Amino acid sequence: MASEEPRFVSRGFTGRPHGPGADRLPPGQYLERGFPVLTAGPTPRVEPAEWSFRIDGMVGNELEWSWEEFARLPAEDVPCDIHCVTKWSKLDTSFRGVSVDTLLEAARPEGAFSMAHSFGGYTTNLPLEELTGGRAWVVTEHEGAPLPREHGGPARLLVPHLYFWKSAKWVRGLRIMDHDEPGFWEANGYNAHGDPWKEERYWTD
Amino acid sequence: MDGLTAVSQRAPGRWQIAEVEQIRVETPRTKTFRLRPPMWMPHLPGQHYDVRLTAPDGYRAERSYSIASSPLDQGVVELTVDRLEDGEVSSYFHDVLVEGDQVEVRGPFASYFVWRGEEPVLLIGGGSGVVPLMCMLRHRRRTAPELPMRLLYSARTRREVIYADELGDDAIVALTRELGGVPIEGIPRVQLGRIFPGLIAAEAFDSGLAFVCGSNGFVESISQMLLAAGYSPDRIRTERFGPTG
Repeated sequence: MASEEPRFVSRGFTGRPHGPGADRLPPGQYLERGFPVLTAGPTPRVEPAEWSFRIDGMVGNELEWSWEEFARLPAEDVPCDIHCVTKWSKLDTSFRGVSVDTLLEAARPEGAFSMAHSFGGYTTNLPLEELTGGRAWVVTEHEGAPLPREHGGPARLLVPHLYFWKSAKWVRGLRIMDHDEPGFWEANGYNAHGDPWKEERYWTD
Repeated sequence: MDGLTAVSQRAPGRWQIAEVEQIRVETPRTKTFRLRPPMWMPHLPGQHYDVRLTAPDGYRAERSYSIASSPLDQGVVELTVDRLEDGEVSSYFHDVLVEGDQVEVRGPFASYFVWRGEEPVLLIGGGSGVVPLMCMLRHRRRTAPELPMRLLYSARTRREVIYADELGDDAIVALTRELGGVPIEGIPRVQLGRIFPGLIAAEAFDSGLAFVCGSNGFVESISQMLLAAGYSPDRIRTERFGPTG
């Protein structure tokens, strides 16, 4: 949000103690120790045997990895903070998975935008510049254990520098496009870009 | 998830300073706050407002609350707020705010968990998950009273039933922690125990939508019952609240 003056002060509000660490919370976020679940609709049940990850659309080389093939790709640990648009943030968590750079390199994208697709029909749009440069992964583990189903298992996208709805659960692929297009939440009132540090929650932000 | 039209972009989006026009005690843990924002616009039943509290040192806390009132109540929105132990914002609403105070809000927002007049509709809420569903029920009663819409509402005890005096024969209340059998005055259909698959199967419609709102565990279990009762995933809209405050 741009600065707004004069600032409104809520009568009688002091807030929780906000000491060290508060600077790691984007505006409007609060610290959550658990890992809440936010999903539109029922949780899909996807077995690793039926999971695959596909990159198609405007690419030089369409690719699809089965679960077993994906498991052979180079994986890395991703320590990160995550920020949900519903106002909670979780600090110092970790995932493990394959960098999107690695996946895209083999596919040779010819467009600058993408749509992530999930089992269950969920979609979210991401410009490639948000998915590259070591800032996005397809992860299969959370804090040392297989990614739980309610958090997107067997695999989800992880784009921790954007609001967490961009980190599509049960991800099944990326479609590379030459234009931007709204995904599921982006068509339903939420911001196309979703940078938590700029508080890009809704269309009008 | 197909076929949803996008909501109007006329939503003000900007923070506004609303007046707290009325506060009603609903249950020992919930109160309804009727707010009058200077730039009001009609909402879709199911939408939410964001509220923001600012301390003198600039510290801010934000939360989202579902709208309980019908958009036919021009100029106002009612937010029903559950007081959570340790809830930074909900405890401020409950313990500090009085009628005549001002509070910063913006909205209405989001257009997935909204009712646009589809029929028939099955509403299933747990605890304060009933709030956006009550907005739908109230709006239907005023705009399309013949439209088939049923509410299944799970609460712990009779004292924790929100909007009890408005629940008619279009609602079934399931009390999960109540042992004994005195009926609730005015609510014709009360059962003891959780919402169970047989109840869902009996109340399910062959077509139309189901809206489910509550804790993640509640939504997950009800969604499974709906799937078993023949609802396809695209007929089930969910809103889950995790630990928040």
